[in-house]
Amino acid sequence: MHQPTRPLRRLIRATRHVLVAAGAVAMSVCAFAIAPATVAPDFTLRTTDGPNLRLQEQRGRVVMVNFWATWCGPCRKEMPQLNRLYEKYRSSGFVLLGVNVDEDTRNAVAVAAKLGVKFPVLLDTDKKTSQAYDLNAMPSTVLIDRDGRVRHVHRGYVDGTEDTYEAQIRALLKE
Amino acid sequence: MTRLSTPRVAVLATLLIAACLGGCAIKPIEPWVKPFERERLADPMMKFSRNALADKHREHVFDVREGARGATGVQGGGCGCN
Amino acid sequence: MAAIDCAAAGITSTALARRLGAVLAGLLGGVFAAPMAHAVDLPEDRAEAMYHVYDGGGTKATGPALLVRKKIADKVSLTGSYYIDMVSNASIDVVTQASAYKENRSEYALGLDYAYRDSLITLSAGASREPDYTANRINLDISQEVFGGMTTVALGYTRGADKVGKKGVGFFDDAQHWQYRFGITQILTPRVIAAANFEAISDSGYLGSPYRSARVFGAYVHEEDPRTRTSRAMKFRLIGDVGGLGGDLLGRTSLRAEYRYFWDTWAIKAHTLELGASHYFGDAWLADAGLRYYTQQHALFYSDNAPTETRYFSRNRQLSTFNSVGLSAKLAYTVKQVPGQYDIKLNGAYERVRFKYADFTDVRTGAAYAFDANVLQLFVSATF
Repeated sequence: MHQPTRPLRRLIRATRHVLVAAGAVAMSVCAFAIAPATVAPDFTLRTTDGPNLRLQEQRGRVVMVNFWATWCGPCRKEMPQLNRLYEKYRSSGFVLLGVNVDEDTRNAVAVAAKLGVKFPVLLDTDKKTSQAYDLNAMPSTVLIDRDGRVRHVHRGYVDGTEDTYEAQIRALLKE
Repeated sequence: MTRLSTPRVAVLATLLIAACLGGCAIKPIEPWVKPFERERLADPMMKFSRNALADKHREHVFDVREGARGATGVQGGGCGCN
Repeated sequence: MAAIDCAAAGITSTALARRLGAVLAGLLGGVFAAPMAHAVDLPEDRAEAMYHVYDGGGTKATGPALLVRKKIADKVSLTGSYYIDMVSNASIDVVTQASAYKENRSEYALGLDYAYRDSLITLSAGASREPDYTANRINLDISQEVFGGMTTVALGYTRGADKVGKKGVGFFDDAQHWQYRFGITQILTPRVIAAANFEAISDSGYLGSPYRSARVFGAYVHEEDPRTRTSRAMKFRLIGDVGGLGGDLLGRTSLRAEYRYFWDTWAIKAHTLELGASHYFGDAWLADAGLRYYTQQHALFYSDNAPTETRYFSRNRQLSTFNSVGLSAKLAYTVKQVPGQYDIKLNGAYERVRFKYADFTDVRTGAAYAFDANVLQLFVSATF
């Protein structure tokens, strides 16, 4: 490997510095639209049953908002687990809202029925709520405490995440 | 040796690509197709290759009879979940 | 790694940890430290069983093929495949210089996929066995999702070692192969994906056929191929969902186009152009139509009837100047689909290709050679 020429060495060093700075800036001003401890953006969406549901009305309860779509494999895999958590903790003041981002709502209703989803499924067809929550993964799950503040954000789903969900729900319910 | 020879350009290009990935909103470029907008891309008809076995056979049929070979590729795209 | 808890240890310590991580991240180019990097999913479990038929130019090759992929551990999946060619060869070379024959070729492959964060690493090995030719391959492929999952960068390496033999003589020589692949797939819009692939292949050893003859001054002499070959290919492809255009008329339709340019040290230059369209009829039927156009210029040492004596000479029509046009149709029927659980499809594909040679003559007629080939694939595919 030849020794790089002087101007090129300087260019490489400069690039390295720029990258370090950029990395530092990016990491430290990690500006999530929903950073933890901020108020969860409010939304009013139509449910599959018909009536609208507003997030703010859920104040006083622990809310888990799960963004999903019928075309997303991990989302469908996650559904039975979310169902189980909803059944287990709903009487303790826990509510689970499934926000669907499909373009075809009939598909969403059909798949939700097939998966036996018991919690409310909201339809975000214009994607405004997804944008407000700055989703960068599918599925995304947001845990909101009784004061309406975002406490945990989960991106994606792998086997075992439901245990983390359960632990966090229990902690939030205790508050 | 040239100032910007191929290996060096490759290294710098990779670093530049890496700088755009991960991290949060690193200006100047931010991914413009959000994960929740990838519904159409998750459709099987949007895959370059749907059935590996059949495509491999077809490629073999042509490789054996034609002089050209290669560059069939691994695919990305799709739903981008997880 | 997919689930990140942003409120893990309280705000201040996280910020400090982040600043330290930032320096490292900058130095490592952000690949390993990105908290936003999501994990990639393993390819889905699947099983495919196929019956394939090729019939053209006097050669018939049919047989079964099987592929099974199963997830065996949290981030690991195993793939096994098996392919058989029962060849009945009465092609022009065979018929004009020897006699028709039948033989079987079997191919086995085993692969391992490992999903690590944003990368998918695939290690696979394959072996092909014929009575007079064995080929072994090892492949390593790495595919990495970058830029919020919009870009996929893929690198691949294949090392092959073949043993060349001749009936009655046994194995007498070998051939070595090296393949290097690089590909980028980029999502351009919510409806369009573009991809570029590059591949360099190097071969060394016995690259011809022990049965094939060339013609020099009208006389048949055994061919003499170079013992090395380096080739490069680059392919550009585009696929787009056009269902939105034209209101509800087009339904779910996609169009695709690809172009490949190939060149090598044997002076062969080839262009391949493929166009295709896919359309859903209802929910269960997916139909494809395709057009393929291929054209190549002959290798430097290729000649139908060499007028001079050169170091290398060959009459292998695979290296001649010719073009081929293919029309294909595919149909897939979804028998049963339970979203998230399993999906079974019945598929059929048919392609008719016409090969037309410019500088290879059919010695039986004296005219330039041309033939039609039919390729048929019938298969069942299931994902679970």
